[in-house]
Amino acid sequence: MPWITRGLRNGIVTTRYPRRRDGYGEGFRGAVVVKGYLSDQASGISSVPIADRSEPGSLQAEHRLARQLELLCPTNAIRADSDVVRVDRGSCILCGRCVAERGDIFAFDPSIEVAALSRSLLFVPELTDLEHEREHLREQLGKKVYSLRRSIYVRHIDLGSDGAEEWEIAALNNPVYDIARLGIFFTASPRHADILLATGVGASNMVDPALRTFEAMAEPKIVIALGTDAISAGIFQRSDPAANGIASILPIDLWVPGSPPSPLSIRSAIFLAVDLLPKAKVKEKERR
Amino acid sequence: MSDDRLTISTVSLANFKQRVLLAASNGRFAAMTAYRNDDQMFYIEVVVSSRSEINLIRASLELNQKNYPSLSPQIPAAIWYEREIHDTYGLIADGHPELSPLVSRPTECFKLGRLDKNDADIRGSKVMGNVRGEGVFSIPYGPVRSGVFESIEYRVYSFGEDIPLVEIRPYYKRRGVASCFEKMTVEDGVILAERVEGTLSVAHATAYCQGLEQLSSTRPPKIAELGRVILAELERIANHLDTMVRHTEAAGQAIAYARLSFSKERIMRLRSLLSGSRFSRGIVVPGGLNAPLALSPMAIITAITDIENIMLSDIEALMTTPSFLDRLRNTGKITVAEAAKTGAIGPIARASGSYEDIRGTRPYGGYRYLGFNLAPPMYQGDALARALVRIEEIRQSLHLIRQAADEIAEINPASLNPESWRCNLEIKDGLVVSSVESPQGELLYHLEVSNKKLKRVWVRCASFHNMALFPTAFKGDILTDFAFIEASFGLCIAGVAG
Repeated sequence: MPWITRGLRNGIVTTRYPRRRDGYGEGFRGAVVVKGYLSDQASGISSVPIADRSEPGSLQAEHRLARQLELLCPTNAIRADSDVVRVDRGSCILCGRCVAERGDIFAFDPSIEVAALSRSLLFVPELTDLEHEREHLREQLGKKVYSLRRSIYVRHIDLGSDGAEEWEIAALNNPVYDIARLGIFFTASPRHADILLATGVGASNMVDPALRTFEAMAEPKIVIALGTDAISAGIFQRSDPAANGIASILPIDLWVPGSPPSPLSIRSAIFLAVDLLPKAKVKEKERR
Repeated sequence: MSDDRLTISTVSLANFKQRVLLAASNGRFAAMTAYRNDDQMFYIEVVVSSRSEINLIRASLELNQKNYPSLSPQIPAAIWYEREIHDTYGLIADGHPELSPLVSRPTECFKLGRLDKNDADIRGSKVMGNVRGEGVFSIPYGPVRSGVFESIEYRVYSFGEDIPLVEIRPYYKRRGVASCFEKMTVEDGVILAERVEGTLSVAHATAYCQGLEQLSSTRPPKIAELGRVILAELERIANHLDTMVRHTEAAGQAIAYARLSFSKERIMRLRSLLSGSRFSRGIVVPGGLNAPLALSPMAIITAITDIENIMLSDIEALMTTPSFLDRLRNTGKITVAEAAKTGAIGPIARASGSYEDIRGTRPYGGYRYLGFNLAPPMYQGDALARALVRIEEIRQSLHLIRQAADEIAEINPASLNPESWRCNLEIKDGLVVSSVESPQGELLYHLEVSNKKLKRVWVRCASFHNMALFPTAFKGDILTDFAFIEASFGLCIAGVAG
């Protein structure tokens, strides 16, 4: 009995996201972006020229700088050539070294909507000519999940995570995020599951259990690679036996970078997967 | 100056066991590992820690020799370590109850010739003896488990309700942390350390950095050490709350679950406000903190007080709810003698009569500036005692955070200069064993730096050490108690699997 009144204390603590923006999410270190280096604010994030070519000896300087930038990153997430610096969010573990060292080029972005529909869409600034691919993938996924819109069952599987992703997934059940009110539930049985949330570096000993879990799921089924570890193994790229994420084990529909991704990121990823994210929101995200 | 006094003694293999037993009689067997040196010889190392110092005892095996005397008959805590050494290097502990696969897949062990053909079926341990008889069946829990859990397989043997035996197979999610460290630069090492056990990032980063700092005889600025205390204690609160949340979930206490997970979320948010990361990653670096704490000492105290009021009142209500307490009382009992015999550490040990908490016995870092009083242990050793120990530790942590915030405020209230939170650290060669009290117990980092590169890093997670105790906890407990016993251990599987 005392618990009932206790349950009513503190009023509603649940976030209004996605209907409204979440203040906490806005202040969060969600992803790394490449800043406009020529301070052209109007164009936002675009390909950043890294040296002025008119100066003598600029080509060598460009190459040197490009190499320096690449070496900043412990997980090789920075790809620089003479024209463009890109960050591969799929390899970025948000250690912040590039932001600390080259704050003029890199910055943290409070974005929580970091999920992408393909591996190549995880690069910022975006690789060129992906507009068509994104539309195509979105359409395909939309068709696939058409029947799943109202009540979605999620099964989690750990393929060698560090344990933090599990905390963030479990946090979705707390009253702040409370995904059950949105018709998303966790299920123990893969037979009931529509979405497989896969975390971890892709440990070799988990290959068989992962495949059996995936096969036990009924169609249509979606696999979400959750966290940088799951996408590219992150800092464990150099481990022995070699791990390179779960893409070589399971067919992945959605990629969610982050080390670990925050509960808000995970939730927006599930929304994206089942086509629930309001269209305006997606447009806004795509503009970024 | 060095935090932990480390004594390294190299002995011959013939004297090895005797030497370890002598050291262990005055201290606590903490860890054991093997490695292969550049000269292709195998070495066995044992860490025995006592109140004042850490002893490292090392013996070398002859070339091509694979056998060494097992410590397990006298020191049961060594059972898992010797199995791990067997899995990793194929070294054989003579006299070990059974060297069955632990961190490698049985099929792999068979391929490497470390397992007999007869044993090569998927079988784990039978250290406690095989359970056979009419009506005995085994239930595999995992590796894909019901709920959001890390991958591990518990094989529960039962003949109805009672559980005479639980086998543990943690090898599924093995990532090869040790091999990964060897390919890291000294600076990158801390990033990997934070991800050995993702829920204990601060403890791991601190242990790693402290090791490097000890090697170069440098102390980070006081303000940074106090900052680390705040981050570490928030991590402890989050971890202890997580075990409470899992208890309430298992007991079906829906409101308590919602309330406590709300408090946990607030702690996580406070952590992210302080450091930009919900797991406080990227802030603890060799030489101090790479950025000042983002909140002022006063703001930290205000935030803590705000969270504390709701959190402790909910916990108090929960600990007076009879239907909840009934599930914990006498569940998963570990006697004082058992805990002492296996050298248990952390809250599990402190619920079974141990005073072991290195924040108090061998204070390190910022704890040297703070008045930390060891709480008297509990003696019941059941899940309830473990929960009570954790609740007391949450209170202590809150107190420590306040103290540390006060100290920071006294040093320089307006100190926002990032330089004052970090000192320059010159990397020096050498071998060091660094220890911190992680929420799960004593965490050891065994670091060897040579030519300013990481030559060998061996991490002994508290979870690995305590997991060996897990089967012991099942005494007359039934299947429905399993979730409570597991939650009350509060182990991080990533640390067990390595």
